[in-house]
Amino acid sequence: MHELSIVGSLFEIMEEKAREKGAKRITFVKLQVGKLSGVVPEFLVTAFDVYKKNTIAEEAGLEIEEVPLKVRCKTCGKTMIRDDFVFLCLGCGSQDLDTLTGTELFLEKMELEI
Amino acid sequence: MEKKEILVLEDLLGSNKKIASEIRSKLTQKGILTINFMSSPGAGKTTLLERIAEHMKPDHKMAVIEGDIETERDAERIRAKGILAWQIITGGACHLEARMIGKLFSEIPPDLDFLFIENVGNLVCPASYDLGENIRCVLLSVPEGDDKPKKYPKAFFTSDCLILTKSDLLPLLPFDSARAQKEASEINPKLKIFVTSSLKNEGIEELVAFFIATRQQLLNQNA
Repeated sequence: MHELSIVGSLFEIMEEKAREKGAKRITFVKLQVGKLSGVVPEFLVTAFDVYKKNTIAEEAGLEIEEVPLKVRCKTCGKTMIRDDFVFLCLGCGSQDLDTLTGTELFLEKMELEI
Repeated sequence: MEKKEILVLEDLLGSNKKIASEIRSKLTQKGILTINFMSSPGAGKTTLLERIAEHMKPDHKMAVIEGDIETERDAERIRAKGILAWQIITGGACHLEARMIGKLFSEIPPDLDFLFIENVGNLVCPASYDLGENIRCVLLSVPEGDDKPKKYPKAFFTSDCLILTKSDLLPLLPFDSARAQKEASEINPKLKIFVTSSLKNEGIEELVAFFIATRQQLLNQNA
């Protein structure tokens, strides 16, 4: 349950960006959360709702885009989604794969009132 | 009132990663190999460290940072072996973060060879936090069951080594060692696997030899 700690870091970034832009309020926040990011989206939502009280984002909505685990085979070049966490190419059976997406934990964008 | 959408694209763990890279680079320059141990509570991290300490002495100097929610007990166990140890009490937090290691930085002796970090017992949260280690090890003990790699994929995906512990219990429990190793390797084909028993002192020598060889590579790169 480290989602509250993650949301703490999220608010540090949100508040810094809002200050830079001279925003009065943050009204919407969108995150990208990879399948292998190690966080549970539902817990992020709960932690966000607790954390936002008495902040610049008190009324902000939160959207979470869950990003699948996408890999590319270094041997045959095939790209595939492996949300079962099996690092095995469905084309040629190679285990030599690059992770393209699925580990991210990003603040993608925000909507501000300036 | 004007509404404006801004693109940020910032990593929520970015500040932790930045501190961790600074720690790694400073410790590596001093020739210190840093190893992060992660596992469920009770998998045998501290007991394995006690065994490792016996194998390291007197040729190699090691120290241990212990992370726990409460008590100084683990650090006291390590100190009883004549090893320098610090205790980080997180007071409820389920994982260590790089800044906690950073706070101890000035106390780490420069002539150290190995710095072990024993994370808070938890197979989920510690996996998200780089502590500045060179090698990350996930421990899986035989009583926990052979199905854990698939249930806690992130810990196995982000580790360099899997250390199976309490192998002396294999004859007594329905733990399929081949299945555990196969499923861990499916998540992470690069995982190096060690089978150990701290009780019987088995497999520890191989593990210590691996740490020593990895440190030697680090020294060669520094040279």
